[in-house]
Amino acid sequence: MSSLAPHKAGPAAGAARGPARRRRIALVPTLTLLLGALYCLLPVAWVVVASTKSGSELFSTFTFWPGTGLADNLSDLSAYRDGVYWRWMGNSALYAGLGALLSTCVSAFSGYALAVYRFRGRETLFNVLLAGVLMPPVILAIPQYLLLAKADLTDSYLAVLLPQILSPYGVYLARIYAAAAVPADVVEAGRMDGAGEWRIFSRVALPMMAPGLVTVFLFQFVAIWNNFLLPYIMLSDDEKFPITLGLYTLLEQGANTPALYTLVITGAFLAVFPLVALFLVIQRFWSLDLLSGAVKS
Amino acid sequence: MKSPARRTSYGVKGAPYAHPSPTALERARSAPYFFLIPASLLFLLFFALPIGYAVWLSFRKVRVSGLGLGAGAREEVWAGLENYTGALSDSELLGGALRVLGYGCIVVPVMLGLALLFALMLDSEKVRLTPFTRLAIFLPYAIPGVVAALLWGFLYLPDVSPFHFVLDRLGLPQPDLLDGGPLYLALSNIAVWGGTGFNMIVIYTALRAIPAEVYEAARLDGATPLQIALRIKIPMVAPSLVLTFFFSIIATLQVFNEPTTLKPLTNSVSTTWSPLMKVYQDAFGNGDIHAAAAQATLIALATLVLSFGFLRAANRRNKQEAAR
Repeated sequence: MSSLAPHKAGPAAGAARGPARRRRIALVPTLTLLLGALYCLLPVAWVVVASTKSGSELFSTFTFWPGTGLADNLSDLSAYRDGVYWRWMGNSALYAGLGALLSTCVSAFSGYALAVYRFRGRETLFNVLLAGVLMPPVILAIPQYLLLAKADLTDSYLAVLLPQILSPYGVYLARIYAAAAVPADVVEAGRMDGAGEWRIFSRVALPMMAPGLVTVFLFQFVAIWNNFLLPYIMLSDDEKFPITLGLYTLLEQGANTPALYTLVITGAFLAVFPLVALFLVIQRFWSLDLLSGAVKS
Repeated sequence: MKSPARRTSYGVKGAPYAHPSPTALERARSAPYFFLIPASLLFLLFFALPIGYAVWLSFRKVRVSGLGLGAGAREEVWAGLENYTGALSDSELLGGALRVLGYGCIVVPVMLGLALLFALMLDSEKVRLTPFTRLAIFLPYAIPGVVAALLWGFLYLPDVSPFHFVLDRLGLPQPDLLDGGPLYLALSNIAVWGGTGFNMIVIYTALRAIPAEVYEAARLDGATPLQIALRIKIPMVAPSLVLTFFFSIIATLQVFNEPTTLKPLTNSVSTTWSPLMKVYQDAFGNGDIHAAAAQATLIALATLVLSFGFLRAANRRNKQEAAR
């Protein structure tokens, strides 16, 4: 896919210019961006340093001076309530991984149907699905909770998984990618060869949509991993908590006992890792631009 | 779309050699509906039904007879608009709306201003280290709002904060970042930190879609980079700016996670700081789901009216631009 190649075609390609001019650095933009990067990295740098401090060092030494308690903090955190922290991590991975996978499938079906076929009610259906973006999550989550309570499903894994499968933004992205990546004549050629609609979708269109679908998966993975409100409303059993909710309850308890602060900080430090690592790994073969629905440059 | 329903995109009309068989055509006609079954089902169950239920609840109330003890003492009855008049005259809800308005007036301009600035800088010539800075500025997107609020919350906390440390060493007064006016800045900062990177990417993508020839002409006319940025780049990415503005406003109105997370660290964030926190508090703290449902419906209506008004205005502007 051309959209996966690193973009070099910007106005600043500068191929025609001499090497001497090209080597000069634009100071103001570079420094502005470095300042921005510093601002964005500051809290992350802080949590990395703070997680190495023991409880007493946290309040006595300079903020960005590393401490000596990392190993103790890690073992304290793992020992906290029989390792419930790692259970939260596992739960988050489950909610986000499975949820994003299902969400990507649903988005792929819908996006493909909306992009490739013309049928009665297509635009209406699309607009109705998109309107879901506008609904404030609390406003959905409270009646969702009440309805799931009637089905006796609250405080279960399903209560957090099911409401997050349909992602209006995912459908929107999948439609854009399908429209750009699946040419109409390819679909038609499949029909000429006598392939069924499902076969055309799964064998021909799906591979073409793959880069876009990776984006939908990532987007939804991040959205579910970062979601706090839905589990906050749905769950009461902390064995089923995702990491966001777990850390929040830890902080809530820690508010009165500063001894728990180091646990919260170490927990936050470890919670930052998975998604940051995911992005660092994936950006080698995936462009951030895809996230905003850019399909070609 | 006004396209005739029978016109199919797979070109039945023009194929010179083989036509798909009639049954294949039938299948092709019904296929989109099959593909859309999962999404429609989920939409009905987890969007339409809950919204309908919330609206229904908002017109009901619980009537307590006698002391409210025993079976049948509490029954659900029709309430008419009672919950709505209650919500509209609720000073806490109004206060929350004003607080969020003030918060939004800081967050949206600052966040989008920074996003636009960074995007323009990334797009300028001879700028260095962009792979690093671009990723670093985007990084907060990958950090959960709760964790972001938690990290900043600790950085605001006087005992831990580096800002307090530096101010202390310089002998300057140290403001309480978690109270009064600074609290708005503290909360806004968390949102700006978390949202700038994503918006920057959206605007930057739009900037790179501008063909290079557009700049050549300007450069031949002797335009400076600043003039190019102001006169060409910003007007050309206006649609992305409109889109990011729209989504930022919606996200701002719905603020919940960050103030909720800061709550354990300070007494200045009440349980009803933002309208959505008030809805949550009424539904689960006070157990009055009917009042909560009415407030929720009002907030949803306000969001919808705002969104459609905004989209219509944006559309009209686009059409004018296109007509020129």
